Amino acid sequence: MAPVDKSKVPWWVSNLIVPLVNLTLALLVSGLFIFIAGENPYEAVRLIIYGSFGYIEGFAYTLYYTTNFVFTGLAFAVAFHCRLFNIGGEGQAYIGGLGVFLVAINFSFLPVPIVWLLSIAGAVVFGAAWAFIPAYLQATRGSHVVITTIMFNFIAASLMVFLLVDVIRDTAQMGPHTVALPKEQWFPSFKDFAGLFGIKIRYSPLNISFLLAIAASVFVWFLVWKTRWGYEMRAVGHNTQAAIYAGISPYKNIIIAMCISGGLAGLLGVNEILGVHHKIVAGFPAGYGFTGIAVALMGRNHPIGIFPAAFLFGILYQGGSEVTFDMPNITRYMFVAVQGVIILFSGALENLFRPQIESFFVNRLNIKASA
Amino acid sequence: MVSPILELTNINKSFGHVHANKNINLTINKGTIHGIIGENGAGKSTLMSIVFGLYQANSGTIKVNGKEINLRSPKDSIINGIGMVHQHFMLVENFTVLENIILGFEGELVFGKNLEKAKKDLKDLCDTYKLNIDLNSTISDLSVGFRQRVEILKSLYRGAEILILDEPTGVLTPQEVDELFKILRSLKEEGKTIVLITHKLIEIMDLTSEVSVMRQGEMVGHTKTENTNKEQLAEMMVGRSVLLRLDKSEVKAGEVLFKVKNLTVKDDLDVTRVKNVDLEIRSGEILGLAGVTGNGQTELLEALSGIRKVESGEIYLEGKKVSDSQNFLDPRELKDKGLAHVPEDRQRMGLVTDFKAYENLIFGYHDQQPFSKSSVLNHRDIISHSKKIMEEYDVRPQSPNLITSNFSGGNQQKIILSRELNENPKVLLVGQPTRGVDIGAIEFIHQRLIDMRDRGAAILLVSVELDEVLSLSDRIVVMFDGKIVGEKDNKNVTDRELGLLMAGVV
Repeated sequence: MAPVDKSKVPWWVSNLIVPLVNLTLALLVSGLFIFIAGENPYEAVRLIIYGSFGYIEGFAYTLYYTTNFVFTGLAFAVAFHCRLFNIGGEGQAYIGGLGVFLVAINFSFLPVPIVWLLSIAGAVVFGAAWAFIPAYLQATRGSHVVITTIMFNFIAASLMVFLLVDVIRDTAQMGPHTVALPKEQWFPSFKDFAGLFGIKIRYSPLNISFLLAIAASVFVWFLVWKTRWGYEMRAVGHNTQAAIYAGISPYKNIIIAMCISGGLAGLLGVNEILGVHHKIVAGFPAGYGFTGIAVALMGRNHPIGIFPAAFLFGILYQGGSEVTFDMPNITRYMFVAVQGVIILFSGALENLFRPQIESFFVNRLNIKASA
Repeated sequence: MVSPILELTNINKSFGHVHANKNINLTINKGTIHGIIGENGAGKSTLMSIVFGLYQANSGTIKVNGKEINLRSPKDSIINGIGMVHQHFMLVENFTVLENIILGFEGELVFGKNLEKAKKDLKDLCDTYKLNIDLNSTISDLSVGFRQRVEILKSLYRGAEILILDEPTGVLTPQEVDELFKILRSLKEEGKTIVLITHKLIEIMDLTSEVSVMRQGEMVGHTKTENTNKEQLAEMMVGRSVLLRLDKSEVKAGEVLFKVKNLTVKDDLDVTRVKNVDLEIRSGEILGLAGVTGNGQTELLEALSGIRKVESGEIYLEGKKVSDSQNFLDPRELKDKGLAHVPEDRQRMGLVTDFKAYENLIFGYHDQQPFSKSSVLNHRDIISHSKKIMEEYDVRPQSPNLITSNFSGGNQQKIILSRELNENPKVLLVGQPTRGVDIGAIEFIHQRLIDMRDRGAAILLVSVELDEVLSLSDRIVVMFDGKIVGEKDNKNVTDRELGLLMAGVV
């Protein structure tokens, strides 16, 4: 098949139609899984939609998951623009959470809004610091960040377990977690907001971190496409030789990109610590860091794509748990498989049908133009 | 009686718009050493890669021993007795010689009988051709010369009757070259056929019995080596097309703006590529640097523009020292001091091809006013600037938002040129300004360079196109093997004189 002239493909074909076709295929294959497991796929889809949209608390859960995926998705995307495959979002988020907690507990004498701002800064600084070490090793020694960041996930997990067991554990309790932060420091939840308007709803973990996720998306868009920093990062990512020629330091930009990436991953700690648990619980990043990679790939590393991709994964997480609850043959792991299929179709097999779809539309548009 | 072992008829091969091989006819006789000579980029390696099955020709036929064959992969070539020793060796570094040679031809799951047989066969081959290789040594412990022998042994073991060597001496020391030539001669005595690809005339004269000359993708001549001489070959290699002398005013050279003293530069592999070079460029003159590719021009340009470290020697800009082995200015600092650089390879270095045109039009100047203010890019000013210079330099299509890889080579080059010339640099380093650029754009680019010169810039023009050097330069220096081997005033110099200098004959 002759390659399609890329400049003639309308943006909506490559950025909307192609992802949608891939997503549809992924869902068809997933449906097949569910059918083989002995359940009705149609019913499963109904449950997913009901679970994630059908009632207010369910929808709140969907948005809560979305928040986490936005943070980790943006984190991956920023590094990727500098062609760095940061798969250490999980560890950076974990350490970011430590930053949130330490700041919040030690500055509790300050007014609450200031504590919040400082805690967010703490999350960014700690997450960035955890990403700095692999970044430094990549920039100076050429140690590949894929290797070092995944190792740093393990180091972060071990370090946190050590801290939670031996250093900052709530000694009044048996479990590996810290004491709770003072109640006034907790982020207002969606439930609290609804209460202001006299609407009574049940608990959900959604909190004002969702707004932070929106702000972070705008920040990333601005950083990557509107600033000199983003421009230089992309130049290094696309063509390091050319960057050196133009006087742009790959060394500096690798470190900057990784630190911003780590800082964004650290923000997950804000949602989890200030918004949900109000203390550090062992293993709170719960795989969001890894799913963020898929979110970023599906969202084509652009905030405008990452947000809907994060929302889609939010639907899958929330709707999926509804399905496992109602369908005895479907386990939690089924939905890990479904996620896998989506990643497969929108990531690894992303270009499977792209040429066909693009040439189809290009030909159609040509016919229209000549008619 | 000589009989042809390999016959190529009307071979054509294009890569995109580049016609790398045009209607190539070539006959190679059995038991000879046949040289193929031409400048880098003349299409020699492409042609031989077709013979070895790495590329498929767009048209044409290949006959081995009079029988037409279809080469779809190197495997087909090996079956037909064609072996190739590449410029860059294809060896597994941490395997032994034996392991490398039997790789893909093990013939058994558990090593045993076949391996013993292979060992014996290889020993015999080593003895016959005096290769003197220890089969059990690890490749990473061997010198470059020995690695090359392993490649030759590998081809012989696989039954090669025709052995193609692509620039085999490029990486060797003079002693290693002598050893290699001995081996090649003994191969010939045993009835093997050798095809030697090179751009070094001296090797052709030393070793071959027949020679074919390629230029710009075409085969321009075949002859018996004994019937020709270096001068004649150099002329054929460089070509004597009609010069397009530009209308340009008499040179009004002023003060020395750029000076290079005793400069030595190494490449990434720690090989010294620029050896004690001295240059002086005055305001209002174009200094042409001619030479066959790979004689140190690339490293020289990179060192002068701050990309590559200086090993020893000094560089002066407007009388002030900007670089030596201890202190050097990086490309950005040099830019601020009025030095612009149009790199040789636009896609590898001059552009980020995935960027939009406007992003490339400010590349390297993106941190300056008005393009960026306190780290935020000023989109509106960048776009209006881009539109302006795209119009001025006639970049087509004039759409700043188009991705750069969608522009043609000539227009990509214009993007770089407009970017670098727009700042009115005092010193301009230009590498291969018109490589892969169409005629119309060439004229345009040349005119711009002349304009720059007339405005008082000091220009260093590095080009492998002799015509270009002759038509633009006021003075010409020739680089060969990292050294400046000659300097000529561009008034009474002939292309033949330069060709001889470029080939290292005089």
